[in-house]
Amino acid sequence: MDFSLTADEKMIQEMVRGFAQQELKPQAATLDAEHKMNLDNLARMAELGLMGMNIPEAYGGAEVGVVPYSLAMTEVGRACAATAVTMSVTNMVGEVICAFGTEEQKQKYVTRLCSGEYAAGAFGLTESLAGSDPGSMRTQAVREGDYYRLNGSKLFITSAEYAGVTVVWAVTDRQAPKSRRISAFLVEQDTPGFKVGKAEEKMGQRGSATNELVLEDCLVPAANLLGQEGDGLKIALMALDGGRIGIGSMAVGIGYEALDFARDYAKERVQFNQPIASFQAIQWMLADSYTEMESAQLLVLRAAYLKQQKTRFSREASMAKLLATEGANRACYRAIQILGGNGYIAEYPVERLYRDVRVTTIYEGTSEIQRLVIARHILNA
Amino acid sequence: MKIVTCIKQTFDTEAKITIENGKVSDQGVNLIVNPYDEFAVEESIRLKEKNGGEVVVVSVGNDKTQEALRYCLAMGADRAVLIQDPALENGDNHSAAVALAKLLADMEYDLIFCGKEAVDDGAAQVPSRLAEKLDLPQANVITSFELGDGQATVTREIDGGTETLEVQLPAVFSAQKGLNEVRYPSLPGIMKAKRKELKVVSLADLGLSAEDVAPKAELVQAELPPPRKAGRVLKGEVEEVVAELVKLLQEEAKVI
Amino acid sequence: MSIVVFAEQRGGTLRKITYEVVSEGKRLAAAAGDSLKVLLAGSDVAGLAEELKKFGADEIAVANDAALADYTTDAYAAVLAAYIQQENPGLVLLGHSAIGKDLAPRVAARLDAGLVSDCIDVKFADGDYAFVHPIYAGKAIATYKVNSAVKMATLRPNVFPVEENAGAGSVVDFSTEIPAPRTKVLEVKQQGGDRPELTEADIICSGGRGLGNPDGFQLIEQLADILGAAVGSSRAAVDAGWRDHQFQVGQTGKVVSPNLYIACGISGAIQHLAGMGSSKCIIGINKDPEANIFNVADYGIEGDLYKVVPALIEKLKEVKG
Ligand SMILES: Cc1cc2nc3c(=O)[nH]c(=O)nc-3n(C[C@H](O)[C@H](O)[C@H](O)COP(=O)(O)OP(=O)(O)OC[C@H]3O[C@@H](n4cnc5c(N)ncnc54)[C@H](O)[C@@H]3O)c2cc1C
Ligand SMILES: Cc1cc2nc3c(=O)[nH]c(=O)nc-3n(C[C@H](O)[C@H](O)[C@H](O)COP(=O)(O)OP(=O)(O)OC[C@H]3O[C@@H](n4cnc5c(N)ncnc54)[C@H](O)[C@@H]3O)c2cc1C
Repeated sequence: MDFSLTADEKMIQEMVRGFAQQELKPQAATLDAEHKMNLDNLARMAELGLMGMNIPEAYGGAEVGVVPYSLAMTEVGRACAATAVTMSVTNMVGEVICAFGTEEQKQKYVTRLCSGEYAAGAFGLTESLAGSDPGSMRTQAVREGDYYRLNGSKLFITSAEYAGVTVVWAVTDRQAPKSRRISAFLVEQDTPGFKVGKAEEKMGQRGSATNELVLEDCLVPAANLLGQEGDGLKIALMALDGGRIGIGSMAVGIGYEALDFARDYAKERVQFNQPIASFQAIQWMLADSYTEMESAQLLVLRAAYLKQQKTRFSREASMAKLLATEGANRACYRAIQILGGNGYIAEYPVERLYRDVRVTTIYEGTSEIQRLVIARHILNA
Repeated sequence: MKIVTCIKQTFDTEAKITIENGKVSDQGVNLIVNPYDEFAVEESIRLKEKNGGEVVVVSVGNDKTQEALRYCLAMGADRAVLIQDPALENGDNHSAAVALAKLLADMEYDLIFCGKEAVDDGAAQVPSRLAEKLDLPQANVITSFELGDGQATVTREIDGGTETLEVQLPAVFSAQKGLNEVRYPSLPGIMKAKRKELKVVSLADLGLSAEDVAPKAELVQAELPPPRKAGRVLKGEVEEVVAELVKLLQEEAKVI
Repeated sequence: MSIVVFAEQRGGTLRKITYEVVSEGKRLAAAAGDSLKVLLAGSDVAGLAEELKKFGADEIAVANDAALADYTTDAYAAVLAAYIQQENPGLVLLGHSAIGKDLAPRVAARLDAGLVSDCIDVKFADGDYAFVHPIYAGKAIATYKVNSAVKMATLRPNVFPVEENAGAGSVVDFSTEIPAPRTKVLEVKQQGGDRPELTEADIICSGGRGLGNPDGFQLIEQLADILGAAVGSSRAAVDAGWRDHQFQVGQTGKVVSPNLYIACGISGAIQHLAGMGSSKCIIGINKDPEANIFNVADYGIEGDLYKVVPALIEKLKEVKG
């Protein structure tokens, strides 16, 4: 067993770290305060190959592998979680089109996602009445000649307002068993009837847009059906398995960032004539959380490795996401505790990190859903 | 247009320095391409992108230095040559310049770029030594570069200002911050770099002996600077106190 | 044996570094029992030899040639190398200035000499020189020995004290063949008030709430001008609107580590210290004897900054010439 990174992995990690620290981190607080993504950053990331890390060169991707992808997500997550989630969803969308799309779909959409011609990709699964249970969604797609007519609405769709293409799930066969009821469609931004609603006011990750989508007689060419009719749920779940590696990796980054800040602070802050780092209570918080984040990162990298080997990784991805996101939440909580009052003040970064990390246990499958997946694997083994 | 760019692998500028047996220890230290050399590599690649040609990055180093060269290849250099030899391990600036000059003597080049100094020993010797050994003109610490016909016009930093120089080519140029904005290697660049040639040559391959590169300056010992002394509050008449302060800054702290 | 010092001049005036290097050359010559020879090169510089005599050189060689009007590496290297070859000294010293940095390694390579750059100390003991040079941006200090017949070093400016000394000071002409330089100086621009960037500056002068009003920064700027320093500030001064945020030093501003940090009217809050605590030398100027800045300052001056800083400016003008 070899825990060391290869030379390529190290170089990619260093490149992304340099970029994220120099270019993204200085903007993180501003993006948060102004509730605004910087699209120039996304364009630069596409130029660097960060928007299609596991996509074959033939479609404009960098094809560097899932382990480097995880390392990169952790670095971007450390610097700016809002940018990280945008990158994660865009990569996921590119990959899902690669996995299930026709040659034309790949040529048209994947290349644009990778090149930055599309600022981002979006993933339109959740609805107000269907979150953890996407199979119960209401949005409908009815075939009319060369088109599908889509009607319904989606909620909490990351990047929808500037995504060039959104994968939209809709019910194509109400009568079919749940696993075959829904299908996935590739919907371009300017399709008539495709309306992006308001961006939600969020607790954290405020730099990323989270929109409502309204589909009103939205006519999508039949050629934009992704996979076959009825494949929708399978496609969504497969995409989310991979997505969980991205979110887990990002959470690890946020957790480390908060802990490193708290560690440095604890060494400098003096109370009772000694640095607070000399108090065992503080030491234990740091020891516990670093242990948790490092074990989470190992799980995340294992899941990434398995995916890279093209073997099954669903169970491992769920475990990784569960531990990474829950652990990162604890890490940020403790970081604030270590900073005391300063931790609660917006001028210190841990205040934002705490808000940013919160959602990671919710999207791309809540922690409860991860446990469900893990338990199913364990009990069905 | 053929460009040779000399780079050195150095400690990360944030690295904590520890001393072991009178030497700076490299244990656990992150290694990077010397930051000033990155400006040199960037300028070389830009010139190639504009005028066509080839950028060859060269370095004197060890196994680890391959990573630094790969980084330059990922940025866009075309191939790399590493001079590696046990006899060079304790070399000085003279050793490096002699080895590089011998390597370059058999190469074709129109321009040679270096960084203005390495952030480790801060000596700023290799560019000038190399220029001398190759009998080429030099322009050090440049912040702008414009290619002309058989010559280049550069701006270089001098004490308290700048100087614009016209330099006959080929020549050696050393890069200062401000020359350009260094790119990050892209992921496709990193993948392509794996397939680019990285040749390792020994002193024997260059026709040099250990004696030819024996260092002229030898490290006796390295030590950490003395720890911070307890602060002192100066008291008295303003004029006296100020005079004392200036004296201390000059002679004790040696900062002005 | 002799010690050779290269006397740097620009536009017909000797540079301060020259006095420093000659003074150190004299000290070493005395310690080693060597003679001190100074090479003065340029066009129309013969008059400067007089000035150099005060520093104890045994001989001042003047290479006066129109081809030396501008500094060019080719021409100056030819002269210095020829002079060294003629004198065959044990030690050659230059300043670690823009010219010294350019010239010394060029000549060292021509003579296959060992060169230690940017020395902060040169010691002579047991018949040999030891050269002390900070490495890793001052995070370590290295001592070198040089094994070539001619040993060369460049000396860091502002480190070696200037001392006048008696010496024979005979002035001789030196000439050698000067090749046509392959570089041509088109233009020289002396910089005006441009200040270095905060994070790159060797010296930073900062002001805080203690300035009392925005005009107080004019005083800090005057101080900075004399030192070639950047101007920083505490958050209190930024919050008051006296200074732009880009100049804030501290936890939520810039993190800096200059050689010298002068804090004027700054209390030394932990958030401020987080940004400048790693400065090599810290000066605190504050009227409150209990101010926390005095706990970290290498040198503190307790007093009203409106009295202390003007006096400091005057004193610096004096020593800086
Ligand atoms: C900032 C943000 C960005 C998002 N981006 C996207 C996006 O780009 N695309 C997209 O499609 N969606 C997105 N989402 C939606 C997100 O994926 C859902 O919020 C998430 O799946 C949970 O669904 P829900 O909110 O409807 O909660 P619910 O499903 O209603 O869950 C509520 C609670 O019940 C628990 N629960 C539900 N079912 C079970 C069960 N079977 N057993 C135990 N507990 C259960 C949950 O764990 C949770 O604690 C985003 C959400 C946010 C907040
Ligand atoms: C979240 C947060 C982040 C912060 N980040 C930063 C930061 O990045 N940088 C930063 O600097 N601060 C920061 N602070 C603010 C910090 O806590 C202090 O409030 C601030 O540094 C005080 O600035 P000051 O020293 O100029 O003012 P004061 O603390 O008011 O000190 C003024 C000093 O001037 C002295 N003085 C007054 N008149 C004279 C005179 N005539 N001559 C000499 N001395 C005089 C006084 O004795 C006093 O010591 C932060 C605070 C918080 C809560």
